[in-house]
This record gives sequence, structure tokens and C-alpha cells, in this order.
Amino acid sequence: MAEMVAGDRRWWLYRKAMVVLWVSASVGIWVGLHWYIRRVSMRKAEESLVSMCEERARMLQDQFAVSVNHVHALAILVSTFHYQKHPPALDQETFADYTARTAFERPLLSGVAYAQRVVHSERELFESQQGWMIKTMKREPSPVQDEYAPVIYSQETISYIEALDMMSGEEDRENILRARATGKAVLTSPFRLLGSNHLGVVLTFPVYRSGLPADAMVEERVEATAGYLGGAFDVESLVENLLRQLAGNQDIMVNVYDVTNASEPLVMYGSQFPDGYMSFSHVSMLDFGDPFRRHQMECRYSNKPPIPLSAITTPSGVFVICMLAGYILYAAWNRYDNVKEDCRKMEELKKQAEAADVAKSQFLATVSHEIRTPMNGVLGMLDMLLDTNLNLTQKDYAQTAQVCGKALISLINEVLDRAKIEAGKLEIESVPFDLRSILDDVISLFSAKSREKGIELAVYVSDRVPEILMGDPGRFRQIITNLVGNSVKFTERGHIFVQVHLAEHSNTITEAKVETGLNGHSGEAKIISTGTAFDTLSGLEAADCRNSWENFKMVLSHEQTLPTSSGMPNDNYADKVTLMVTVEDTGIGIPFHAQNRVFTPFMQADSSTSRNYGGTGIGLSISKCLVELMGGQINFVSRPHVGSTFTFTAVLQRCDKSAGSDAKRALSEVLPTCFGGTRAILVDRRPVRGAVTRYHLQRLGISVECVSTINEVPNAIQGQNGCLRSGTHSKQPCILLIEHDSWDTKADVCLCNQLIQWKENGRIIEIPKVVLLVTSESDKTKAGSDVDIVIMKPLRASTVAACFQQVLGIGKQQTRDRPKGSASLSGLLDGKNILVVDDNKVNLRVAAGVLKKYGANVECAESGKDALSLLQLPHKFDACFMDVQMPEMDGFEATRQIRLMESKATEKNRIGPAPEEGSLKTAWHLPILAMTADVIQATYEECLKCGMDGYVSKPFEEAQLYQAVAEFLVSDS
Amino acid sequence: MAATALREQLNGLVNSMFAEGLLDQQFQQLQMLQDGSTPGFVAEVVTLFCEDSERILTELTKLMDQALVDYSKVDAYVHQLKGSSSSVGAQNVKLACIQFRQFCEENNKEGCVRALNVVKHEYYRLRSKFETMLQLESRIQAYENKQQN
Repeated sequence: MAEMVAGDRRWWLYRKAMVVLWVSASVGIWVGLHWYIRRVSMRKAEESLVSMCEERARMLQDQFAVSVNHVHALAILVSTFHYQKHPPALDQETFADYTARTAFERPLLSGVAYAQRVVHSERELFESQQGWMIKTMKREPSPVQDEYAPVIYSQETISYIEALDMMSGEEDRENILRARATGKAVLTSPFRLLGSNHLGVVLTFPVYRSGLPADAMVEERVEATAGYLGGAFDVESLVENLLRQLAGNQDIMVNVYDVTNASEPLVMYGSQFPDGYMSFSHVSMLDFGDPFRRHQMECRYSNKPPIPLSAITTPSGVFVICMLAGYILYAAWNRYDNVKEDCRKMEELKKQAEAADVAKSQFLATVSHEIRTPMNGVLGMLDMLLDTNLNLTQKDYAQTAQVCGKALISLINEVLDRAKIEAGKLEIESVPFDLRSILDDVISLFSAKSREKGIELAVYVSDRVPEILMGDPGRFRQIITNLVGNSVKFTERGHIFVQVHLAEHSNTITEAKVETGLNGHSGEAKIISTGTAFDTLSGLEAADCRNSWENFKMVLSHEQTLPTSSGMPNDNYADKVTLMVTVEDTGIGIPFHAQNRVFTPFMQADSSTSRNYGGTGIGLSISKCLVELMGGQINFVSRPHVGSTFTFTAVLQRCDKSAGSDAKRALSEVLPTCFGGTRAILVDRRPVRGAVTRYHLQRLGISVECVSTINEVPNAIQGQNGCLRSGTHSKQPCILLIEHDSWDTKADVCLCNQLIQWKENGRIIEIPKVVLLVTSESDKTKAGSDVDIVIMKPLRASTVAACFQQVLGIGKQQTRDRPKGSASLSGLLDGKNILVVDDNKVNLRVAAGVLKKYGANVECAESGKDALSLLQLPHKFDACFMDVQMPEMDGFEATRQIRLMESKATEKNRIGPAPEEGSLKTAWHLPILAMTADVIQATYEECLKCGMDGYVSKPFEEAQLYQAVAEFLVSDS
Repeated sequence: MAATALREQLNGLVNSMFAEGLLDQQFQQLQMLQDGSTPGFVAEVVTLFCEDSERILTELTKLMDQALVDYSKVDAYVHQLKGSSSSVGAQNVKLACIQFRQFCEENNKEGCVRALNVVKHEYYRLRSKFETMLQLESRIQAYENKQQN
């Protein structure tokens, strides 16, 4: 129990751990998936950022380049129209007009201006020509310098810088110097523009006098420089415009830096302190055409890119699926566990139930047995009580008690049987037995009842059924007794008919019958049901029409046509015989609704049945079990108020031919054989009944002729007599059997008169003896003076024989002849020396008496030891009868010692030269026969094992004694 | 004439004993064994039987009186009694013995005591009849001897 709890606990922990593990694994999957999706989306965002950044940078660069080109074009314009024309074709007005009109081409430049190169030497001339003083950026008159770059032409938007010396601004000066040295557009670092206060750069382009070669030296360039064209780039608005044109500009933060000095980048666009999403950004290089300056653009997202929805939903979905799958697994596992547990419990319950069943059977068996034991005491005491002097009332009470007790005992026996069968303890034995005599016994058992009720009770055994069969006679008898008992119980009129046939035979006949029924008269059933009298035993309708005369006749005729088949072929091929036993009655039948539970124990048709007829209803179920144990089947046909027919089959074994003939003598009731050649005439209107009577008479060796009415008798007798007369046979006794219903006084008076007349005429030698067959006591009175004897049914071969012996007066001397066996026994035993060993004096005396009677010289020994001393070699005995159970030394032991002694003697004889006694047997072997009261197989085997030659039952039975002795003793005669 | 009357009386007695089931066929066999050469065979056997039975019954009574019953001994005795009774044809005694042995096998003391009583009862019943029978026989014998003389 504790172990189980511990196991449970461990299992519970294990399960919990599994759940936790599963959930954490699912969470892990969730997290992993989420992270992965986020990574993917980040990378995508980064890629899009890169591409956006690059795009912006390219556009900016392109636009810038376009503006620079325009400025270049302006520079060429100035050089063309201002310096190569004399006088110059350009003035401030033209320039302002032109630049204003072409401003759309330079959207990024807030304005352009042209500054002329003025050397200090030329300053005075220049100032006078222009009419103004050169001023510095701070709008003061310019101090003296080597050269100046005053603005002479300017776009209107920046006209405020006219006359300002560009060289005075640090940035501008540097720009100018760099531009004229390189001949390319140069940029200043970013600064706040004067007008808009936006961040911007100044672009400066040199204007040369014409004729400068492309690969001119720096000095040449400086020398050739005529002036400088400049414009301010409003980078901030430039970039803003640019971004405004592009999609997604809100999401992205753009900074543009001048990184000429890498260590401190100057902001050209965007806030000084970058904000927005810092974790990733992209930098693109910008080339504005000035090799000296380097710019770059840095882009980043303004906000952290949002976590995509799928990064939540997908893992969540997967998580849910995992959980579900886990739950399903868990549930399945749980279910599996439950089912397994249930299965185990069921298994246990099943075992318990089976054990209970066995226990029940055992209990039943034990209890029944325990009840039986005291009941036997009760019955015994009642028996004793009945033997004492009782007055009538007391006797009545005691008898009633005894009857009840017997009924109880039989019930208990049935229950015990049932319990034994259920417990599988009942075994069917296999011993030789005579079926016919068993049936005779059963019939006699019920004869009183059947006579009382006036029912016809009859047995018919087919000739083809072997006389001796191997099987369990007790159980066979039990089944038949049961069925017949039931029939007797439930039948008030009509008949009960027991038939035994070979199953295969019976089947072929019925099949044949069905065929002819189909071909011939299809209305057979109708004929049967409409006919007032039926061709059955008693003339009443039977439930199973198969047993009507038509069928029965066919069976009989079939038997007659195949007379040899009963002997030869069957014996050869099969040692198994399947019998089909039919018990037919014309009782109340079984109601249809009860027919399916007939074989259920304790079930009767209804409760009223047991009230009216008694009984427990266990008998049929036992019969069923027994039949099944015998390898057969039982079933029935029943019609309420018509009758029931129970049919069962049983598989029995054929007996050995040799053993059979021997066993027959011991087993079957000995029927006298003195009627051989006797003839009988049977008057019976019912062919079935006639056949049954014929069967019994034939067993006695009487040949029977059957006529249907009494009027046919004379003819039959004459026919017989004719036969007789032609033959030279001496007079044969003749019997006339008449069924009670064919008997009426008028007819028989006639008949008798005729017979007497015939005798007087000498036509017949002797008047046949008239025998009346009756079924009930009341019919006896019918018999007139003309009847020699009345035989009560049911017929039994032995009773019939006894009656005939009495009537014919032939029995007596025949039975006197009987000690034929004893005569042969005398022949065998006469003059033989026989030793009888038994510790029981009475037995000893009786055995000795019997043997002496057959002429043997008997010596007695009262113990095994005495016998041994008497049997010292050489001895004179021809045989020894040895009791098996004796104190000190039992028969087996004594026999063993005798055999030992004999073998020693034989050995000696062989070695020693002792041929002088030629008559002496070279090997000693005294026939020793066991005497035993219980002749069972085991004892017999033990007898043989210890060296005995056979056994005889105690007390001696003549036939068996003869049989045993004949094997060992040779008749002297 | 008296001899025939006695003989009839004897036959009647024996028949009634058969009818009551006291005796069975084996006794008939014994009677058949008795002929001129062995007169008094039945009487001899019956006397032997009675002596033997009485001895066994006293032994059995002693055994059964003991607190601890030695069933194997009891069984041996009952077996003997059964053997001799069946030899004589004392049917009821034999049947009672069979019953007794069953109880013996079960070591059922109560049953054994009861069975012993039944055996005794049957035996005494039989003995009284046997006694009458033997008396009758001896008287017949005496008459016959007288007549011969």
C-alpha cells in the first residue's frame, strides 16, 4: 500500500515536472520565435533605411550638381560677355535681369554674384570707374590689401552684397584662393546665411580670361583669373525640399555633415544633437564636386520601428498550439492510464468473480455433502424407527418423514451433481455396459407410476445398437431416468416412448423421409394433423411427427434390409458409436414462452408447474451437462397440450468383440434362452406398439407375427401350422398375444371356440396360450377365463420371460439345466489343489466351500506369511486365490515374495544340472488370482504389477470365476 | 410331517429375510453349496460369521470409545466385517459397513458412531433371525436323523 502511495507520489511529481517542462519549452519557443521575427523585421527596416538614405543622398548630390553646373554656365557667361567684349556687354542691370530670370534653374542658390579681381594697383582706377568704394564685409571702406574681390554684379535677391570685398571674409577669401587655384567650384564650410539665417554654404567659381589651357599651372590660373562667381547654397531648405518630395520622410531623420575635418563634423542640416532612434543609422557619402571638402549624410528612424504584430501573434499561435498539443497528449496519456487502470481492475474483478464462482461451486458441493451425511443418518434412523413397533399413525408419520428425506437426498444429489459439473469435477467413466438392460431397469422404475396412470411406457432399441457399449452407465441411466421421470410426471394419458437408434442411421432415414415427403405427398403434415388417430404408440398425437409409424417403419425396414451392416462394416471402421435417444411423451408439453429456458437450472415452465408437479427443475440442466460431457447434444420439440419429445445424442465406444462377449455375461441381465424357436402371434392395431412388443419378444428369441385384428388370428395360425405340418418338426409351443384394446369378449369367445374345434379336428396340435397385454390395473378385469395370463406393461424382457415360463411350463427344466457354467467349472477345478488365502475366516470358509463344490481340493491360509510357508518349493498347488487386503502382509506383498522365490528357483534350475525330473516345469509360475471386493481398474493394474495373473470378485460370481480360472487351468478332461 | 412343516417355516423365514433385504443372492449361493457332502455348511459359515462379527463389533466399540479414534484401525475392521458380511450375503450389514467406511474416510466421528450403531442394529437383527434359522435347521436335522433311525 505504502509502496503504491510512494509510486503514486512519484508519478504525480513526474507528471508535474513534465507539465512544467512542457510549458517552459512552449514559452521558450514563443520567445525564440518572437525574437527571430523581430530580428527579421529589424533587418528589413535597416535595409529600407539604407536604401532610403542612399536615395536621398543621390538626389541631393544630383540636385547640387545641377546647380553647380548652372553656376559654371554663369561663369562662362560672365567671361564671355564681360571680358571678351569691348566694351563689356554686361552690366549690373543685365546680370540681375538674367539671373533673376534663370533663378528657376538654381532653386538651391539663394542668389549669385560676380566679384571682379582687383589688384591694389588698379583699385583707384576701379573705384573711379564704378563710382563706389570697395568695402569690407562689415561695410567699412576696405583697408589696403594686395588684391580685392569686390562684387560688381549681383542677383537682386542678394543685392546687399554689392561692392563688398569678398576677400575680406575669411571663408570667402579662402574659397576664392582655392577656386582660382583649382579652376573648379569650391564650397565653404557651412555657416548661417545672412538673409535667412539658414545653414548654408557658399559656392565659388573662378572666371578666367580667355585662352587658358586646360592643363594650366596654378600660377597661370591665378594670373588668368578675372573674377569670381559665387552663390550661397541654402542647404537646409535644399534638404528640406528634397525630403518633402520623398515618401516616408516623416519616419526618417536626416543629418548632413561637413566632415572635411573628420574630428569635428560640422552640421549642415538637422539638429546639432541628433535625436530619434539611435540604435541604428546609415551614413552615405556625398560628393558635391569639391575635392577639398567632404560631406556625408546620416539617416536614422525618427521613432523606434514598431514591433510587427506577427511577432506577437505567430508565436502566440504556436504557443497555443503547443499547449493544446500538450493538453491532448496529457489527456491521451491520462486516458491511457485510466483505461489501463480500469483494465487492471476489471482483470482483478474477473479473477475475483471466477474465484467466487469456483468457491460457490465448492461451497455448494461441500454443503450438499455435509447435508447428505446427516440426512443419511436421519434416514437410517427412520428406517430403524419403522422397524420398531409403531401404531398406524406413528408409522404414517415416520413413512412420510422418510419419503420427504429421500426426496431431499435426491435433490441434494442433483445439486451436488450440478455443482460438480460446474466445478469441472465430474468425470465420465468408460466401462462396458449393456444399454438394453439399463433401459429395462429405468422402465421398471417407472412401471408402477405408468400403470397407475394407465400410460403406455415402452422402450425400443434398434438392433444395430451393439449389445455392449463402453461408457458411463450410471450417467446414462441418470439422463434417461430424468427424461422419463419428467415425462411420467407431466403425462396423464397416452404414452411415453423411449427409442434408441444409431445417430447416423436415424439421420439418413429422416432425410430420406423428408425427400419422399417432398416428392410424394406434400400434404403429409396435414394428414397427420387432421387424422383422428395418430400412428404413434398410443394413438395420440406426438409433438415430433418424426416418430410416427411411417418413419418408424422406414427405420425398421432399413434395419432389415441392412442386417449385416450392424455387424461387419461398422465394427471395422469406427470404434465410436453415436447413439440417438428419443424420449417422446404425450403430456402437457412446454409452453412456447418457456421453451428457451428449459435447460436453465431451477427454471420450470412457470411457478405453477412446481406447485402442481413438484420438482426443482434442475434435472434437465444436469442432463444437458451430462449429455455434453458424453460428447452429445440434447434438444427437444414440444407443443403445448400435445406433448414433448426430447432427443439427445451420446458418443459411446464400441467394446472389443472378444471382451464384449465376456463382459456381456457379467453385465447384462441373463435372459433365458429357452424360447428359441417359439412362435408368437401378436394382435395389435397399432404398428408402433406392435414393433415394440416384437422387439422385446425377439430378444427372447421368439419369432413374432403381427396381425392387426383378432379376426386375422385363425389365418395366421393356420399359416403357421401349414408350415409346421410340412416340416417334420415336433410341436412348437405357440403364444397368442393380444393387446387389451383389441380384446373384446365376443370376439375371443369365437376365437376360442374355433381353436378348440381345430384341435379336436387335429388341425392344430395344441391350443395356443393366450396372453393379454394391459397397461393399467383396471384392464386386468377384462381378462376372461380364456386368457392364460395377463402381462402388465411396460414390457420387460425378463418379466415376459418369467411369465412365459410359467405359462408354457418350460422354464423350470431349462433353468435346471443352467449350471452349465458350473459344470465346466467343475471340469476345470476338479481334483485341482488350490490354496485360498484370506484373513477373514468367513470369507475363507465361503470361498473354500465354493471351490470344494466344484471338486477342488482346497487348503486355507489365514495370512500372507502362512501362504508363503505353504508355498515353499516344490509345492503341490495348481492355483492360489489371494485376498488383497490383509494385515501384516497384504496380497500384493505376498505375491511379490512368491514370485521372487519362484524366479530364484528357476534360476537355480537353469544353472544346476537337474534334468532328472523331466516332468518338473523348468520355470515355476503359480497362477495367483487376487480376490477383491472392489473391482476397479486401478486395483487390477496393481494386481498385474505385482505379478498376479488376474482377479476374481469377492464373493465369487460363477461366470467371472470361470472366466478367470479358465485362462490358467487346463481342464483335465 | 413335522419335518416338512418345519422346513416350510424355515423357507418362510429365509424368504422374509430376502424380502426385507437382510440377505441377498450370495446367501442363496451358500445354500446351493450345501448338499449331501457338506451338510451344515450354511450353519458353519453363519456361526463363523457371527463369531467374527461379534469380535469385530466389540473391537470397534472399544475403538470408538476412545477419545482419539484411530481411523485406520477402524477402517481395517470395518473392511473385514464388510468382507465377511458380503460373503455371507448379509446385505444390510454390508451396506451399513460401506456407509461406515465413508464416514471413516472422512474421519467423521459422529458419523462413525452413528454408522456403528446402524451396523450393530442390522447385525443384531440378522443374528436373531439367523439364530431362529439355525435352530430350525438343527431341528429338521434331528427329525431327519430320527426318521433315518
